[in-house]
Amino acid sequence: MTRAAIVGIGQTEFSKASGRSELQLAAEAVLAALDDAGLTAADVDGLITFTLDGSDEVGVTRCLGIPDLKYTSRIPQGGAASVASIFHAMSAVMAGVCDVVVVWRAMNERSQFRFGQPIARGNIPAGGGSSFMEWCLPFGAQSPASWEALTAQAYMHRYGATNEDFGLVSVLLRKHAATNPQAWFYGKPITLEDHQASRWIVAPSLRLLDCCQESDGGVAVVIAREDRARDLKQTPVTIHGAVTTLPFNHEIISDYYHGHDLAQLPMAQRVAARLKDLTGMSPPDTQVAMIYDNFTPQILMQLEAYGYCGHGEAKDYIRDGNLELDGSSPLSPNGGHIGEGYIHGMNLITEGVRQARGTAANQVANVKTVFLASGVAGAIIGAG
Amino acid sequence: MADAAILRPEPVFTPDSAFFWEGAARGELLIKQCGACLRYWHPPRPMCPACNATRMVPARMSGFGTVYSWAMPIHPFPHGFSAPPIVVLVDLDEGPRIVSNLVGVDPRNVQNGLRVHVEFEPAQGGRSVPVFRPLGAAP
Repeated sequence: MTRAAIVGIGQTEFSKASGRSELQLAAEAVLAALDDAGLTAADVDGLITFTLDGSDEVGVTRCLGIPDLKYTSRIPQGGAASVASIFHAMSAVMAGVCDVVVVWRAMNERSQFRFGQPIARGNIPAGGGSSFMEWCLPFGAQSPASWEALTAQAYMHRYGATNEDFGLVSVLLRKHAATNPQAWFYGKPITLEDHQASRWIVAPSLRLLDCCQESDGGVAVVIAREDRARDLKQTPVTIHGAVTTLPFNHEIISDYYHGHDLAQLPMAQRVAARLKDLTGMSPPDTQVAMIYDNFTPQILMQLEAYGYCGHGEAKDYIRDGNLELDGSSPLSPNGGHIGEGYIHGMNLITEGVRQARGTAANQVANVKTVFLASGVAGAIIGAG
Repeated sequence: MADAAILRPEPVFTPDSAFFWEGAARGELLIKQCGACLRYWHPPRPMCPACNATRMVPARMSGFGTVYSWAMPIHPFPHGFSAPPIVVLVDLDEGPRIVSNLVGVDPRNVQNGLRVHVEFEPAQGGRSVPVFRPLGAAP
């Protein structure tokens, strides 16, 4: 069967005020990714983005001069769409529908919108995964941090984890960002004391330094047929397997109704199980973990769900140094969303590709495979 | 805790959820129950996922429940509140879990597992929303 590979990655700078439209950021990122691959707009026959993206397919094709698309689609579930989009691009290629699919995400979520700010009225529930807002906003749960916090506190209560345990993630990712010149927090590591001194965003679970950034920027990834990929500019990074899941009653972030212990992530457990079936590999078998960090508790919960450690053990697993660059499973060597920038999961994918190519700023030694994860979606990729 | 001048945001009404907010306006906590298999479902939906019946009937809850988890949004300050609200997941005695607020309790005394009972507070647009008070706490 034809396999799919990631053949190009592109990004703009990550900032707090891009000074240009989201469409321009999208177009610049797509162009950079095509240049990286050694492809042109005429080679592109598929385009994928998030349901939440503010630019549309017509706009992007108009900017790049893409002559003819065979496939477009938009992926739901907020930032979980990041790794899910890799699954969809892979599927379009493996089905023989497309030869070259570009995934983009671009946003001015600091200068144009404030992604983390409270909202008084959500969208009328419909597509776009906004139905949960109806049940949260009148009660003062009006921001992503507040939705996350109801799950985070359940985790703290269940396993005796503390906010200081969450802070370990923040300190680690800021340490990684401090030596990544592309990171917003380049040269700016923090201590656990800094974390504990940062103000409460939502008590008793999330301080300021438990939250990812609000960033402006654009990222694009090019996925192609593997046989085509071999002739291109970069060493192809093969998608060994990619999966998504949408368990019954799952919601994006206000995931309160799935009927299981909220201190665990059933959807992420399914992702690991399906990847194992598909690739024979489990996430801990890979050399780098690019795991979605919207808020620090999500890292602990996902580590446990993907099988890096037992339930409730993530705080000790982190303390033991496993996520350091020279540890058993280095976490987001670019600094993740917390340290590098928050382009909704996409800048974790580009870092995963750099790690597989061996070209990252904080390169992990002997990388054969990389795990990409955004909650409901996961992928294992590797060069060759 | 309700300040006369500052009211929580008006709930969003949809065809499938209007009953909940209309019930709240009358001081009733309503959850949709399948007319065929009698299971409760929240958030509400127009079809029972267990038996696929479309006769979903609003049923009045006892109003008793247990706090599953909690969170107090402090910064940025939420719209429509004069003090940081205590947001809770409440497991109703009948089974469904809902997002609500805890009132009449010092934040330092909030605990998972707290037994609570429903009451109602005003919202913008002349609406009401269900909130919960610990059993035995003074009104």
